[in-house]
Amino acid sequence: MEEDWKRAKGPFAIIFSPPAFWLFLFFVVPLAIVWAYSFGENVGPTTIEISGTFRHYVRAGDPVYLDIFLKSLWMAALTTLLCLIVGFPVALAITFAPDKAKAWLLLLIMLPFWTNLLIRTYALMAVLRREGYVNSGLGWLAEHLGIAFEPLPLLHNNFAVVLGLVYVNLPFLVLPLYAALDRLDRSLLEASLDLGAGHLRTIREIVVPLALPGILSGLLITFIPALGSYLTPDLLGGPDSQMIANVIERQFKRANDWPFGAALSFILMYLTFIAIAGQAVLAGRRRRMMR
Amino acid sequence: MVGKTLIRIEGVTKRFGQFTAVDDVNLEIEEGEFFALLGPSGCGKTTLLRMLAGLEVPSDGRILIDGEDMAGVPPNKRPVNMVFQSYAVFPHMSVADNVAYGLRMDGVAKAERAERVADALALVKLDGMEDRKPDQLSGGQRQRVALARALVKRPRVLLLDEPLSALDAKLREAMRSELAQIQDKVGVTFVMVTHDQDEALAMATRCAVMNRGLLQQVASPTDLYEYPANRFVADFIGSVNMFEGRLTVDEPDRAVITSSALPVPIYVDHGVTGATGTAVWAAIRPEKIEMLHRPDGGLPPRVAGVPEGHNVVPGRICHIAYLGSETVYDVQVDSGARIKVLRSNVARYEERGFDWEQPVWLAWHPRSPAVLLS
Repeated sequence: MEEDWKRAKGPFAIIFSPPAFWLFLFFVVPLAIVWAYSFGENVGPTTIEISGTFRHYVRAGDPVYLDIFLKSLWMAALTTLLCLIVGFPVALAITFAPDKAKAWLLLLIMLPFWTNLLIRTYALMAVLRREGYVNSGLGWLAEHLGIAFEPLPLLHNNFAVVLGLVYVNLPFLVLPLYAALDRLDRSLLEASLDLGAGHLRTIREIVVPLALPGILSGLLITFIPALGSYLTPDLLGGPDSQMIANVIERQFKRANDWPFGAALSFILMYLTFIAIAGQAVLAGRRRRMMR
Repeated sequence: MVGKTLIRIEGVTKRFGQFTAVDDVNLEIEEGEFFALLGPSGCGKTTLLRMLAGLEVPSDGRILIDGEDMAGVPPNKRPVNMVFQSYAVFPHMSVADNVAYGLRMDGVAKAERAERVADALALVKLDGMEDRKPDQLSGGQRQRVALARALVKRPRVLLLDEPLSALDAKLREAMRSELAQIQDKVGVTFVMVTHDQDEALAMATRCAVMNRGLLQQVASPTDLYEYPANRFVADFIGSVNMFEGRLTVDEPDRAVITSSALPVPIYVDHGVTGATGTAVWAAIRPEKIEMLHRPDGGLPPRVAGVPEGHNVVPGRICHIAYLGSETVYDVQVDSGARIKVLRSNVARYEERGFDWEQPVWLAWHPRSPAVLLS
C-alpha cells in the first residue's frame, strides 16, 4: 500500500506543485531578500547595497540590544511557564470531561482565536486600565468595605505584557496538551490507581512521563510566538517592556535601518531554530530511553 | 475451598444514563475460588468486575469484601488488584519497575521490594527479563508482567478482565492451565471475566452466567453444562438442540413433552414441577444423541428405559462438518427441523461411516434432555 503510494509520482507532483510554488515565491524569496539585506548598507534613503558586511550582527551584540534579546527570552519563557501552569489542569479537565462537554470546552478554548487579536488586546486594555473594570470593581468593593483604595497600576508595564501574552498564547499550549493527554491509554491510569497510587501520584508517575512529548511540543509552540510578540508588548507594555519584535519594527519604520532590522530578524529566527533543535534533541533522547 | 464468603454482592445495579448495565445482581464468592463471570459482550460482566475494583460506582446495592462495605473506598485502597484486558503495562518502565510500582506506592522498603519483585517474576517465569522494556516483550510476556504486578501486592482478590482474549489460540490454551496452576500456588481468590465459555469451563471452579445485566445462573462448570437453568444458559454454553413443546404427562418419575418439531414425543425419566399443558423447552446436547443407520423398511431401534414410540426419530443427513477430532452432522427430520449430532472420530476411518443424504435414526437416553421452563 505504502509502496504503491510512493510510486505514484504523478498525483504527488500535481498536488504539491501549487503550494510549493506559492511557498517559494512568497516565503523563500522574500526571506532571501531580507537575509541579503542583513549583509548590506544604507547608501541612500531607499537604496541598500549588499556589501557583505557583518557590521549589523556585531551591533546586535551591543548591550542595549542584548538586554532586549534576553528580556524577550525571559518574557517568553515566563509566559510559557505560566501557560503550562494554567493550561495543564485545563487540558486534564477537558480530557476527563464527558464527551458532550468536551466539544464545548474545546470551543471555549478556541473562541478567542476567532476574534481579531487587536480587538482582544484593546478589550484587555479596557479591563486593566486605571479606570478599567478591575480597578473600578476593586474600588467599589473597597468603598463598601470602607477601605481606602488607590487604583492598581495594571496597564503599561511588564505585568500587563505577560498577562496579555499568557492570554493570547494559552490555546497554543492547551490544544497540544489536550491531544497528548487524550491519547493516553485510560487503562494505564486505572492500573496505576488499582496498584495503590492516588490521583496526584498517578499524574506524576504516569501521566506526565507519558505525555511528555506532547508537553514539550506544546511548550515550543507557545514559546516561539511569545518570543516574537509584537502587538501585545506594543499596546500593553510600558517604556521598559519592549521586546525584540518592537525593536525590529522600529528599524524598518522610524529608524529606516533595514539592514540592521534584517539582521535582528534573522537572529530572532536563529534563536527559534535553536529552540526547535533543543526540543528535537529532548524528544530523541526520550525515544531512545523508551526503547 | 473452605467455603468462607469473601465477596458479597448485594442487589448491585449499575445504570449509565437510561441503560442498565448491571441489574440487581446478588452474588457470593468464596475465599480461594476461581470464579468466572461469563456472558456475551455487553452483558454487564466487565462493569461488575470494575465495580469490584472500585473503577465504577454502583448505582444501587452494595459490595462487601471480607465483610467490609466498599462504598466510598477508592480503587487504591481496596484489597483487590486487576489484570486489565489490554494488560496496561506502563510503557515507560522496565519489567522490574512495573512489578515494583504497586509496592513503591505502598511504601514497601527497597530490599523487601526487590525480593518480592524477584519472587513474583519467578512465579510468572519472567526471571531474567527484569530490565526489558514492554515494547521488547511479546503479548504473552506482557500479560505475565501484568499478572506479576498485580499478584506481588498479595491482594485478597485478583480480578482478571478477559485475560486470554488477546493471545493466539495455542498460547491461550497453555495459559489456561498455567493461570489455574498459579492460582493454586498463591491461593488468591481469582475473579475472571470472559465471553469464552470454554475458558470459563476449563479454568473456573464456579461460573456466573450473565445476560443483559441479569444474573442467569451461578453453578459449577459441570452443572452449568448439564443442568442449565434456562434457555439462555443452555444455548450460550456449548451447542444445543432446543425443542419447544408442552408437557403432556408429568408424573414424579417421568414426563412426556410433545413438540411440533418432532414426530414422536420426548420422554424423560424424572418429573417436572410444572402442571401438564405447561410450555417447556427440551434441550438436548448434540453429543448426547445417538445416530444409527436406517435401512429401508427397518424398524426403529428401542432405547432402554423408554416406552415404544418415544425418543427415536427418522431423518436424513443434510450436512456434515468434519472438525478433525469430531464430526457434526445436521440431520433433517420430516417436520423440517434440523438436529445437530456430534460424534467423536475415535477410529482413523469409520467402517460404517455416515454420508450426505443418508437415512438415519436418531435416539437419545431419557436422561439426556434438559427440561427448561423459561
